[in-house]
Amino acid sequence: MSDLIEGYIGKTTNGKKSRIPAKLDYIQSLTGGFLAIFMWGHMMMVSSILVSKDFMYYVTKFLEGSFIIDGGSPLMVSIFVFIVFVIFVVHAALGMRKLPSNFKQYQVLKAHTKSIQHQDTQLWGYQAFTGFVMFFLGSIHLYIIMTNSADIGPYASADRVWSEWMWPLYIALLLAVEFHGTIGLYRLCIKWGWFDGKDPQATRKRLKKVKWALTGFFLTLGFAALIVYMKIGMEHADKVGEKYVPTSMIKEAK
Amino acid sequence: MSRDITISVLKFNPRDEDSKPEFVEYNLKETPGMTLFIALTKIREEIDADLSFDFVCRAGICGSCGMVVNGVPTLACRTLIENYPDGKLQLIPMPAFELIKDLSVNTGKWMDNMSTKVESWIVSNDEVDITKIEEKMDPDTADAVFELDRCIECGICVASCATALMRPDFVGPAGLNRIARFSIDPRDKRTDDDFYELIGDDNGIFGCMSLLSCEDHCPKHLPLQNKIAYLRRKLVSVK
Repeated sequence: MSDLIEGYIGKTTNGKKSRIPAKLDYIQSLTGGFLAIFMWGHMMMVSSILVSKDFMYYVTKFLEGSFIIDGGSPLMVSIFVFIVFVIFVVHAALGMRKLPSNFKQYQVLKAHTKSIQHQDTQLWGYQAFTGFVMFFLGSIHLYIIMTNSADIGPYASADRVWSEWMWPLYIALLLAVEFHGTIGLYRLCIKWGWFDGKDPQATRKRLKKVKWALTGFFLTLGFAALIVYMKIGMEHADKVGEKYVPTSMIKEAK
Repeated sequence: MSRDITISVLKFNPRDEDSKPEFVEYNLKETPGMTLFIALTKIREEIDADLSFDFVCRAGICGSCGMVVNGVPTLACRTLIENYPDGKLQLIPMPAFELIKDLSVNTGKWMDNMSTKVESWIVSNDEVDITKIEEKMDPDTADAVFELDRCIECGICVASCATALMRPDFVGPAGLNRIARFSIDPRDKRTDDDFYELIGDDNGIFGCMSLLSCEDHCPKHLPLQNKIAYLRRKLVSVK
């Protein structure tokens, strides 16, 4: 009943303004912050392929819980991806509140962004666009990984990238994620006044430098890893489906 | 040697049915230390008596001459022509406000509406005895209040804000600054709960997307970034 009253009257049953907008703003920041930090970890794990196939294999097994269950279980990855997927959807739903919701709003935003040439306004434009792109690309990636968690590994992942034609999607997704995430983290710091200190403007300049450095770092890392997966996938194209066997196991077998 | 400059103005009279929005170019000679206000006055006196723009103080105090110069909202009286190396300036009226004519907009109407929305006055049930000297205020607190009171209501923060342009009901940086100002004034007895009632929604503090165009273009350099973040932290925790 309170939802009905709040929905129609705009006041809680105590006669106060709804506290939900505050919660939504907070949850948007919380979920965004989690996803951005998660993506740092994700990118480090993905780029383990740059060290070696064996290293990537053991990282995968570790994430499957090999330290608890012998040999690890992909189910653990599926469960974790499901949680991330839920957080992703919640964040997307909350982020939508800020997007232009009709043509007039889109028109004025476009004219304003082009006219004022203000960097933070432009950055938000990129954030909004990349967010929109991720509604689709992010969902595809998350669903595939959630339902195929056993197929993560030096060969399985490379086959997905190359033979299953995911590389074009991953190029777009990588750009979208890295821009959206680092701009989002920068904006989180500004929005809540973290690290403001005595000179918030100087802090903002420093934060923006850090933001660009992080964007550059993760894009470089991401593209380097993607190229390696594409190369492995290309070389492994005639043996799609074959799982990677780490060097130590081959030696043991011998 | 004075150089030739070109000022292109978006002219439109929404009250004239025959008027169509169009850019009109004016060519004139730059004079030493020429501000945009001086240039516009010269145009009106010598070239086009029909050109409308607002001004009062000519010194960046009254906040009347806000307009968009080459895409950037700014005060005409504080805009030096010499800062535009190619000598070309494109002027359009500030968006977000009701257009009166050409460069003249009704910021007063917007500010009045915003002031009513955020109840921009000291709220207290204390009886005031005007025969007695006002109660003393801690100098640091007084400084903090005066710092935010420096807002001249020019509307540049509003015209710079993408949120305010997309969502006309948004109280804008000027409105949020006003709440920040009263929230630190010890004479104002309103609680965080009361301030939440005024700006605790997407038309208030939770609508701000922290694009900070307001902070970057405010001619009085008000600490909007810091104060808006302060309000957000303060009001997000209201039970």
